[in-house]
Order: sequence, then structure tokens, then C-alpha cells
Amino acid sequence: MLRIHHLGALTLGMAAAGLSLSAQSATEIAWWHAMGGELGKKVDEIAANFNESQDEYVVKPSFRGNYSETMTSAIAAFRANEAPAIVQIYEVGTATMMNAEGAIVPVHELMAESDLDFDPDAFLSAVTGYYTTSDGKMLSMPFNSSTPVVYVNRDVMAEAGVEEMPATWEGLGEALGTIVESGAAECGMTTTWPSWIQLENFSARHDIPFASEQNGFGGLDARLEINETAAVDHIQRLADWQQDGRFAYGGRFDEAAPSFYTGRCAMLMASSASLAGVRSNAEGFEFSVESLPYSSEVIETPQNSIIGGASLWVLEGQSDEVYQGTAEFFDYLSSAEVQADWHQFSGYLPITQAAYDLGQEQGFYDDNPGSAVSIEQMTGVAPTENSKGLRLGNMPQIRDTIEEQLEKIFNGDVEVQEGLDEAVRRSNELLERFQQANG
Amino acid sequence: MATFQRHRLTPWLLLSPQLAIVAIFFFWPAAQAVIQAFYVEDPFGLGRVFVAFENFTRVLASAEYYRALGITITFSISVALGAMALALLLAVLADRVIKGAHGYKTLLIWPYAVAPAVAGVLWVFMLDPELGLISAWLEAMGIDWNHQLNGGQAMALVIMASIWKQMSYNFVFFLAGLQAIPKSLLEAAAMDNAGPWRRFWTITFPLLSPTSFFLLVMNSVYAFFETFGTIDATTAGGPGGATRTLVYKVYEDGFIGYDLGSSAAQSVLLMLLVGLLTLLQFRYLESKVQY
Repeated sequence: MLRIHHLGALTLGMAAAGLSLSAQSATEIAWWHAMGGELGKKVDEIAANFNESQDEYVVKPSFRGNYSETMTSAIAAFRANEAPAIVQIYEVGTATMMNAEGAIVPVHELMAESDLDFDPDAFLSAVTGYYTTSDGKMLSMPFNSSTPVVYVNRDVMAEAGVEEMPATWEGLGEALGTIVESGAAECGMTTTWPSWIQLENFSARHDIPFASEQNGFGGLDARLEINETAAVDHIQRLADWQQDGRFAYGGRFDEAAPSFYTGRCAMLMASSASLAGVRSNAEGFEFSVESLPYSSEVIETPQNSIIGGASLWVLEGQSDEVYQGTAEFFDYLSSAEVQADWHQFSGYLPITQAAYDLGQEQGFYDDNPGSAVSIEQMTGVAPTENSKGLRLGNMPQIRDTIEEQLEKIFNGDVEVQEGLDEAVRRSNELLERFQQANG
Repeated sequence: MATFQRHRLTPWLLLSPQLAIVAIFFFWPAAQAVIQAFYVEDPFGLGRVFVAFENFTRVLASAEYYRALGITITFSISVALGAMALALLLAVLADRVIKGAHGYKTLLIWPYAVAPAVAGVLWVFMLDPELGLISAWLEAMGIDWNHQLNGGQAMALVIMASIWKQMSYNFVFFLAGLQAIPKSLLEAAAMDNAGPWRRFWTITFPLLSPTSFFLLVMNSVYAFFETFGTIDATTAGGPGGATRTLVYKVYEDGFIGYDLGSSAAQSVLLMLLVGLLTLLQFRYLESKVQY
């Protein structure tokens, strides 16, 4: 794949080699990422530690804005032949990336061509499944993966006299009713990322399809099915709750979190990676982390939830040395120590079993209650076709389309069925369009 | 004339920097957009298929496009008229102030120095349904403000933020226009017993018409194109697409959805639309302007 058109670059490289010998410079590997703030500093630290661990390669991380900006700039750079070796792409960009044959180097190929031992079985399949082909080959390196969990205000629960956090949506309905009626909190629950948590994860957890063709893993002709499954009943439930205060819509991204911090809402459904944020903002009340509820009317034992977050993709157009260095960096990145540190610092899921085991040895999960909930929820059961993840083209736009209809449903502009039908109709147009451009 | 004929190259030479800038930053990308509009292409540019007018027919057949068009029209008229009316009012008032005039003027011009995204964020802070200062007042008055869910309120928010941002620009021009009106005319009218209201509508306003016309064109262009930053930072086109203007849709389809063909077709249509609008303004409104 990467051979022929590199000949030119190779000759150039050889000419330049004479110059670089004197400077004894290490091979530079550009890594574009979307981790701002504290996470960005941690990314710099990981790269610096790798750079110190050997002297052949230098990984240079650079922050490129939010996920969609990072992806757009990487694509623009690729078109201008200025692509970085590694780019962090959010999970909804997966289908776009994997269909860009000739623009990406699949991780399994990268590792096979390097001189490193690479054991794909060391990874947690619930995490890597999102980023592998249907026959199990790893396409990108999972980096920051999270899954939704429930953050519960225990003080409000106690005030309302609700002892246990119910495991099912049915039980939750009653508990939230008690909470709102007792006046312990003005609103029962709220959610961040509604499409991801209340539709994508709801479908996975109840083993029902989000889209045909194994949620898109089977081919480009996948089409959404959320308007004809139990997901419709679930959105109806939320729409009803929106009326009586048991649910409050709080925006498409993370805007809902402050209403949990201020104590207005008793529960918050959000990413497991929000744990650090919740911990530092939820002052003045006790909180606990709980598994995402399931509907006992739909399934007896819930499936795993699916991940969100991002993975690292390797782009075409680099020299062999860069690819060797990238492979070594990925090897370093997936080592138990680095993974455990990253996972414990950020709240993102560990990507290998070894990292999880190391955390247990260190007693991390005992010292930090709630931090293992997400891992147990992800790895408790083997993923099925419906809970492996989603692989749909134009997914960022599909999500927007769904969010748009959810907003209309929750503010009472349209009926639930009508809204979801419209979301599916427009999403399917986007899927057809993607199939046309990539088919 | 004679001088120019002897220096045929000189005018071109003098114009060339400007022409080069227009060519590089407008004609070249515009030509690219026109070409792109006839293809369906994957994001990485690995392959493209010629589809003739399919991108256009698809756009023109979608209900979403007309919805965005309707929203753009409502939004643009509100912003252009709102920003001009308020600026005119403030300019007339500031023109009469004698004490501390400099201070008022500076304060009124200030918002123009604020970047659109920052202006947007300021308004979002003030109107945040949970934490906002203004939304708390509104709640005290019995208005349940939540622009994350209520499309009408989201529209009001982006209109307010856009007007606030553009008002200063209009203010500067209106104030300059007012100061250029000879005082003697107004004094003569006053002596003929014309009240302030009458003086404004029969003397000041007609004499301001060149300024108003210029500002109308500029504000339309502003409302169509430059409000992108404000919308992106406040509502991101939501909720439910209630604030998705044509420009925002071009951005969403092109840069979030990577549907380059459709996005290019939409920008070509937008280019034609704004071109047509400006032409109409010059054709029908300019004849009413008194220079």
C-alpha cells in the first residue's frame, strides 16, 4: 500500500540524510490531537516520557482544537500532502476513516510490518471492537474511550427516602417520581450527549439494532432502524418524563452537567470520563456512580454499553522510519503502566486487561469508588452484533440530525414516532450519500 | 484621457496588488467551489465522480434547504433593520450630546472591536438557562428562558447578539452622516416652525439616505455571511435547526459532514443569491437615494 509512491520521497530522503547525519536528529513523528486543558498536558507528558525512553524517535504532539476541527484539519493536511503520522479521531469519524483506503495505514498492518510483537488479544474486545474490522483486525489504536454511567446525588436520594438506586428504567421511573414529588430535587434526571446515551447506548444495552447490517459493520448499505425498535418507547418515556419533571433536557453535548452540580437534577447520565469533573464540581453533596439502567420489559440481562471517545489513526505518506517509530510508540502507549496511569488520571477506560489488573493490584478501584463501574459495565458480557459499536458513514451529521429531532420531541413540537421517522429518513439520505461517495 | 493613453501599463501596475488579492482570495476559491459543485468526492480527495447537476437538484429538492432559506430571510431582515434602526437612534441621540460626547461615542463604538465568537459567548453567559444573569431576571418575570430547547428564543438570542455586534459599525457611519448635515438647514427649518420630528423626517433622514443605502448593503452581507461566528458560538444552528442559516448549513455539510459536493453547490447558490440581492438593491433602492 505505501510502497510505490514513496520511492520519490525516499530519494529525497536519502539526499537529505547527508544533512541530517551531522545534526544526529531523531525521526520526528507528528501527533495531532484534540485533548485540551489537563488532558492535553497529560498527552504532552506521555509523549515526553516516550521520547526519553529511547533516542531514535521524537513524538511531537500538537493540539488541533475539538474533535471535528482536528479531523477537518487532518483531512485538509492530507489533501495538501502535509499529513501528520498520527491523528486522534473521534469514534463517529471511524467509518469515514476506515473507508479512506489509500489515506490510512491500518494499525494491524503497521504492527505487522514493524519488528515488534503485537498481541491483539491483550486488548479489551469491548473497547477495541469499535475499531476493528468484522473479521477482528485492528484499524486504529484506541486511546481515550469512555462509556456512559449514571451519577447520582445521594443526599437528594436520602432526603426523598429512596434507599436503593434502581437497576431498571421502570424502577428509575418510580424513584424519580418520588424524588420530584417530595421536592428533594426540582428535576429527576438529565443527560449529556442524548443520541449517544439514550439511543446508541440504549440500543446496545438492550441488544437491539441501531442500524441494519450489524450496525454498519456489515457494509455500506446499512440504514437506521431506531424508529421501529424499543428505542421509540424509550424516547416516549423521556418525553413523558420531560412533562412531569422526572427528566430535563439539557443540550446536545455536556451542557447538562451544571444542573447536576447545582443540585437541581438528582441524576446525571454522562460519560465515565466526566468523573473527575463531577468530583471537583459536586461540592456539598455525596454522589455515587451507577451502571446505566436497562428496561426489564425489553431484556432480562443487559448487554454491554458501547464506547465513545477517540482513537489514533495512522495516515499514509510517511517514511518507513516514521512508521517503525509509530509502531513503537503504540507499543509503549498500550503498555500496562502507561495505560493504567492514563486511565486512572482521566477516567477513560483502560484498553488492555493488563492495565485493569495493574489498577486492581495498586488498589486504585478500592480507593476510588465508582471508577470501576464503567469497566464492569463494558466487560461484564461478551459484545453482540448489536453492542459492538456503530460503523456508519456521515455519523457526525446523523447524530446532529437525531439530536435535532430529539430537541423537537422534547419541546413538544413533534410526536415521538414522527420525530424519529424524520430522523431516520434524513439519516438514511446521509447514508446513501456516503455509500455513493465511497462505494 | 490623454495622460492615460501614454501610460497604459501604469494603472494596471497600480491596481495589481488589489487585483492579485481579489484573484487569490476570491476568484480562485470561488472557481474551485463551482467546480467542486459538480462532483461527489470522498473527504480525503482520493476519488471524485462527476455528477453534473445532481448536487444542485438534491439541494433544491430538500425541505431542509428551504427551511434554512426561510430562517436566513427572517434572521437577515431582523438583524439588518434592527442594527440600523438602533444605531440611527443612538447616533441621533449622541449627536445632540455636548457634555462627555467623546466618552459616549467611544463606549458605543467599542462592541465592534469584540470578535463575533466572543460576542456570542458573552450573550450565552448572560442567558444561560442555569447560570445566566438575564435568564434569572426573566425567570423572576415569569418567562421560562431556555434557548437550548426553545427555537424562538434561540433565534432571538442570535439576533440580539448579531445586532449588538453590528450596531457600532452602523453607529460610526450614521454619526458621520449626521455631522455632515449643514446645521443651517436644520436651523432654517426650525425657524419655519418645524418640530424635531418633522425636521428629522424631512431633512435629516433624506440627507442620510446615501449612508443608509450603503449600510443596508453592508448589513445584508453581514447578516448573510459574517454572523457565522456568533451563531456557531451560541446555538450551533440549534435547537432543532431553528437557527441554521444558509451559511451555517454550508459549514455543517462541508466541514462536519464532509459532503463537499453538496456544500459547494450550496455556496454557489448562496453566492448567486447574495449577488442577486445586491443587484436588486442597487437597481431599485439606489434610484431613491439622494446624493
